[in-house]
Amino acid sequence: MAILPITYLSSSTKVMSSWRTSKPVIDYSKCTRCAICWKFCPDVAIDLVVDPNLNAPSERFRVLEAPSIDYDHCKGCGICGTECPFGAIEMVREEI
Amino acid sequence: MPITIPREEYMQKGHTACAGCGATLSMRYVLKGMGPKTAVTVPACCWSVIPGEFPYTALDVPLLYTTFASAGASISGLREGLDSQGKEDYNVVAFAGDGGTADIGLQGLSAAMERGHNVLYIMYDNEAYMNTGIQRSGSTPYGAWTTTTPVGLKRDYKREKKKYVADLMMAQNVPYVATATVAYPEDLERKISTAKSIKGPKFIQILSPCPPGWYYNSADTIKVSRLAVETRVFPLYEFKNGKLTLFKPAKKPNITEYLSLQGRFGHLKEDEIKEVEAAVAERWESLLRKEQN
Amino acid sequence: MESIQSSRRIMTGNEAVATGVKLSNVKVISAYPITPQTTIVEKLAEMVANGELDAKYIEVESEHSAMASVTASEITGVRSYTASSSHGILYMHENLHWASGMRVPIVMSVVNRAIGPPWSIWGEQTETFNQRDTGWLQIYCESNQEAMDSIILGYKIAENKKVLLPVMNMLDAFTLSHTSEPVDVRNLKTSYDYLGDLDLDFKLDFKNPAGYGSLVAPDGPFMEMRKDMRDSMYNASGLIKSEISNFNEVFDAELPGLTENFMMEDADYALITAGAISSTAKYTVRKLRERGQKVGLIRLYFYRPFPGEEILKAVRGLKGLGVVERNVSYGQRGPTFEDVVSALYRRADVPIRNYVVGLGGRDIRVKDYEKMFENLIEGDNDMEWINVAVR
Repeated sequence: MAILPITYLSSSTKVMSSWRTSKPVIDYSKCTRCAICWKFCPDVAIDLVVDPNLNAPSERFRVLEAPSIDYDHCKGCGICGTECPFGAIEMVREEI
Repeated sequence: MPITIPREEYMQKGHTACAGCGATLSMRYVLKGMGPKTAVTVPACCWSVIPGEFPYTALDVPLLYTTFASAGASISGLREGLDSQGKEDYNVVAFAGDGGTADIGLQGLSAAMERGHNVLYIMYDNEAYMNTGIQRSGSTPYGAWTTTTPVGLKRDYKREKKKYVADLMMAQNVPYVATATVAYPEDLERKISTAKSIKGPKFIQILSPCPPGWYYNSADTIKVSRLAVETRVFPLYEFKNGKLTLFKPAKKPNITEYLSLQGRFGHLKEDEIKEVEAAVAERWESLLRKEQN
Repeated sequence: MESIQSSRRIMTGNEAVATGVKLSNVKVISAYPITPQTTIVEKLAEMVANGELDAKYIEVESEHSAMASVTASEITGVRSYTASSSHGILYMHENLHWASGMRVPIVMSVVNRAIGPPWSIWGEQTETFNQRDTGWLQIYCESNQEAMDSIILGYKIAENKKVLLPVMNMLDAFTLSHTSEPVDVRNLKTSYDYLGDLDLDFKLDFKNPAGYGSLVAPDGPFMEMRKDMRDSMYNASGLIKSEISNFNEVFDAELPGLTENFMMEDADYALITAGAISSTAKYTVRKLRERGQKVGLIRLYFYRPFPGEEILKAVRGLKGLGVVERNVSYGQRGPTFEDVVSALYRRADVPIRNYVVGLGGRDIRVKDYEKMFENLIEGDNDMEWINVAVR
């Protein structure tokens, strides 16, 4: 079989965290689960998860899907922090 | 709050786009709308490196790389190849930058649209040759600094106006033409699904802000994109069955809010900003007139 | 049992080529018109229009796009075809590399025509000799029969999983393209059965999606891919020889090997040619033989892979060998000359000369070949431009 210029391996197996200089940290007590951060993430690095153990502004938010940062793939662009309407995402400088 | 755009992802994590890349958001949104039965072709552009080096791919759909001028020809071949096997329900999408669309690939684009293949051509417009390092393209706007229109003593920044490829496609009477940008994903998804419902050639130009090329903080990609629309710098419109529909934003911030966020416009003096403003107003008026006709 | 008998018809080289495309069950045709290729693509358009050939036809806006579009259609898993000439071939140069690098088994016809300026629409082979390093197999046809058969054979070889490289099929402008000859049209069913459907292991697969042609870093398999192309091309020689025998048996055809040796058995002096100019050379050889001169001809049917071993065998015992080029290279001798010298280096002790003929459609006459043989026999060692005004 010829050695072909064809690629099958998913890029999601790679870890991109070394690209980051600061990281988004979600304050779940302010997070209304609106998913705007998920929507605007160019790195597909925000997953939506249901986790009743996460903090929430009030009980009714606990049952909703909440954003969860995938730090293996987040490049720390900060779009989520800028776009969060509730100021629930803070960019924190990465320790070197 | 329910999510407002399709949940499915066909662009994967782990790609090698710069942080805050607008072109990457564009691909993510386009594929959400197009779904898994889609073949994508990319000419030389940022997206020829974003999927990553061998042996990786960052899409969950087939991705055919082609040469710089060949996006239009490549989708034509994919379409006819699939159709000859009765695979008419598969989508074929070109995903090309502004250099590959407005400049070197314009002939191929125009011809592919004219031949009437059932294809969607996406121009992700980051307003310069970004993959090669910010060189001026036909789609670079008036006033912008690029590495080939540097600010010097005798000659500075791009003096010529932006070539609006979507306008050219309207002039060519392509069945469906739209402009969109990443700050309005719901609007973009609606346009993608309209395009999907039309059998024939479709063209969508997506303004895709570029943090390193436009010299702004990567956190501001959506903000810059939204301001481009609100200030009327990049009007959103749809052209279907010969009828133009222009989106009129509720707010109209001062153009300096858009320009001052970006280092590429940092050298502009007050009178030059007025010139930019006048050109933007002129184009807006002309689109309004076109809409009324 | 279906008859393998062919039906004899009178047709031009271009019609023979178009018929070969039809016999190859091609599914996508994409082409841009250029003299003298036009009658191929016109004929194909006609066949598609009247349902004689069930294929998609893309009327592209350029040759560059023709090559990009057939590369894409071939990747979807269907047999694809294009044709061009001269400036059209030069314009698609970038995408010729893209097609071979993508390992798509396309067949393309080239009606060899001169390159301007000044403008010339007449015969010359420079545009395809210019493409020798693009990773395409190259076939030069001598007759309309070969022009038809080489399309079918071309797909068979290109699609061989040990080859997977595209094939360029050449015929001379006007001398073949627009001149009528009797041609045995191969039986359609025999031809369909011979080729079968295209079976491309790496065609687009929506269930197992891949990237085709992504970036490869210096420590990635870039060199390995190139070496694989080079090995596949080299190793194709053996495959081609056995495939030609197979083809001749299936179709009752008479294709030569990688080369054709004409009156070479006891020859002292010989010429090497490619394409339709070989017929005049053969006539001259026969004429000189009648006068008792021991001369012969080696005709290149394949130019890539280069048939160095065939030439080595053929030249044993020769006292002089002349390489005739219907192309021009500047700053060094002709590409065929260089290839022959390289193939024979320290393996055959024969003086080799280089002749440039027939540029821009210039006639290559019997007396021109006689002059070349005279020059060989006399051993004058300068490269000769034949039938050219001397300054």
